[in-house]
Amino acid sequence: MADEALFHFLHNELIHYAYKSAEQGEVENGRCITRLENMGFRVGQGLIERFTKDTARFKDELDVMKFICKDFWTSVFKKQIDNLRTNHQGIYVLQDNKFRLLTQMSAGKQYLEHAPRYLAFTCGMVRGGLSNLGVKSIVTAEVSVMPACKFQVMIQKM
Amino acid sequence: MSRQASRASESKKMNSELFTLTYGALVTQLCKDYENDEEVNKQLDKMGYNIGVRLIEDFLARSSVGRCHDFRETADVIAKVAFKMYLGITPSVTNWSPAGDEFSLILESNPLVDFVELPDNHSGLVYSNLLCGVLRGALEMVQMAVDVKFAQDTLRGDNVTEIRMKFIKRIEENLPAGEE
Repeated sequence: MADEALFHFLHNELIHYAYKSAEQGEVENGRCITRLENMGFRVGQGLIERFTKDTARFKDELDVMKFICKDFWTSVFKKQIDNLRTNHQGIYVLQDNKFRLLTQMSAGKQYLEHAPRYLAFTCGMVRGGLSNLGVKSIVTAEVSVMPACKFQVMIQKM
Repeated sequence: MSRQASRASESKKMNSELFTLTYGALVTQLCKDYENDEEVNKQLDKMGYNIGVRLIEDFLARSSVGRCHDFRETADVIAKVAFKMYLGITPSVTNWSPAGDEFSLILESNPLVDFVELPDNHSGLVYSNLLCGVLRGALEMVQMAVDVKFAQDTLRGDNVTEIRMKFIKRIEENLPAGEE
């Protein structure tokens, strides 16, 4: 079992690395977010394979989303998603009221503007996980009051 | 105070697959970004160093380990407390140099390399080089300059993974001019 602190530090280094190359002239924010997202994607793919090893086949899309909210989130962040909403047309909003990767910096508003970079990796992870379960999606995140945040999953119909 | 209490009760353990895979994604990204393995090794070491200088605080706060009196004691603390705490493994400490300033940590299993195979075109890559940086960074914060490198690695076909550590010197604390 690895220790959580170590993962947090590693995650910080990922972010630092993704943004460092930007300072050297590569184009802005979006690109860095994409890099983090891509790294997360790979991790999500790997994780979901291991987590679903012994689970039954999923009934439908909603069933898959529930798995992400409960099992996946618990394995990764040690808590469930607090609220799952959907418009039944392919948009799901996952709300985490105390997102683990934000809690360390969520006192006050000082770091609010940096929050998106701490979410990109996780967005990728969710997208990677879903993709390996045959659900193609776009995942974005937003924060209004830390440490709460919302992940929006838009399913791409194939 | 309340914060401290809640912290202690929370388990600090987490899914190690997440950690292993995240590290893998990082190394993959570095391999894409840099042309040669040497550069990747250097980057990993640098990142490890950044982690180490921060991790030591967490370590001292949580482990309640006191000051070490000699390098042998340091070696024991690293192997039995630090590795155990952060990676859940206990490497053995062996191969002391006669002068007592150099030893090896033998890792029978290395959580970083679960699921990993090195492709042929990365023969120069020291996959777990991050660990060297972490050790170097952490020890530097407790006034110890060390040289850390991988001597053997199961990924490259050796039987065990061996990290060689060499004590260089004590770092004297230099207070900035004008401060007592």
